[in-house]
Amino acid sequence: MSRPEDTLPPDLHYNDAEAKKYTTSSRIQNIQASMTHRALELLDLDRPSMILDVGCGSGLSGEILSSVDPSEGGPHIWVGMDISASMLDVALQRDVEGDLMLADIGQGVPFRAGSFDAAISISAIQWLCNAESSEVSSTGRLSRFFNGLYASLKRGGRAVCQFYPKNDQQRTMISGAAIKAGFGAGILEDDPGTKNHKLYLVLTVGGSEAEGNGGDITGVVKGMEGVDVLDARRKHREKGRKELKKGSKAWILSKKEQMERKGKVVKNSSKYTGRKRHIAF
Amino acid sequence: MKVLTLNFLTCAVKACKSTSAAFPLHPKDCELVSDTLEANPKLLFNILPRIDWNALIITASELGFPTLPPTPPTPEQLENDPKMMQELHTLLLETQISEGSLVCANCSHEYRVKEGIANFLLPNHLV
Repeated sequence: MSRPEDTLPPDLHYNDAEAKKYTTSSRIQNIQASMTHRALELLDLDRPSMILDVGCGSGLSGEILSSVDPSEGGPHIWVGMDISASMLDVALQRDVEGDLMLADIGQGVPFRAGSFDAAISISAIQWLCNAESSEVSSTGRLSRFFNGLYASLKRGGRAVCQFYPKNDQQRTMISGAAIKAGFGAGILEDDPGTKNHKLYLVLTVGGSEAEGNGGDITGVVKGMEGVDVLDARRKHREKGRKELKKGSKAWILSKKEQMERKGKVVKNSSKYTGRKRHIAF
Repeated sequence: MKVLTLNFLTCAVKACKSTSAAFPLHPKDCELVSDTLEANPKLLFNILPRIDWNALIITASELGFPTLPPTPPTPEQLENDPKMMQELHTLLLETQISEGSLVCANCSHEYRVKEGIANFLLPNHLV
């Protein structure tokens, strides 16, 4: 399957024809709508809020933000940023309610600190991994974006970014950049292993730790049905806490494992490993 | 672009990040349009504490609006004063800049606004 990210930069890829195609395709509309609803569910906003739509395109997701029912905490107002002028042109023709800005998210987020309650981004941030000229690097673009986003969100705010990483490397690069900027970050995976699996990067900005949520994605998905939490950090923490008795079987096995990881030749473990010898006399 | 959004926008140039003169951006030769939106008091209450009132006073006077009170209204005042609520709603959400430019007071970079869309693309050496 071809990825548009591999062919052209976003401002050139989404030209008039492509922007029109993107917005009128009912398949894309449906996918975008379902992802926006999922992101809203993760944001869990209880009152009309100010939302930043990163890579708003033609305003497909923004439309949903401004039409949230008052009983569910809406309608929200939003500000959309996008680099494609053609996409914004389509948004203008569709007469969306939010404010639009022509801006490159890899150049930062030009808002003062604590402006937004939340941020949402649908299928956009993987574009940051591409650097179009030698003057910019993908890591620089990612860090400028996440630092700017972190600053522009209020304390206790959340950002949900749905993205399509090209490979695991891109995925770690993006989430790593978010963590570096100070976010509590986690990735929610919908329908893993299937063709329409979706990744949501859920970012939190301080604050919620006091409510006992741990202040990151594990708090966000608490109480949601059908979500398995895989916390790599917890495993690491538990492992570190347990002190093994020197000379015990478990200690020997862990040392052997450690040496094996270093690439040393290690004797196979068997039922005799670490066993006491008979007293000969 | 809504006046509310203008109250949150700063200059995107890297050298302006640490100076206070980069906020607010000053509208220049602006054409305004008024868009009727349904009043949403809850939204106003939510964003009121985050509005930089001094910046809003500057923006309002530059756009030629009547002078605002020197201090922001408290939520109670706003609740008891539907006229003030309506005025704030009109200024923040219904008034929109359609054409013109926004100027940074620090680096005097001009951000063009066309059909309500501000252009914040910068050449690489300014980022």
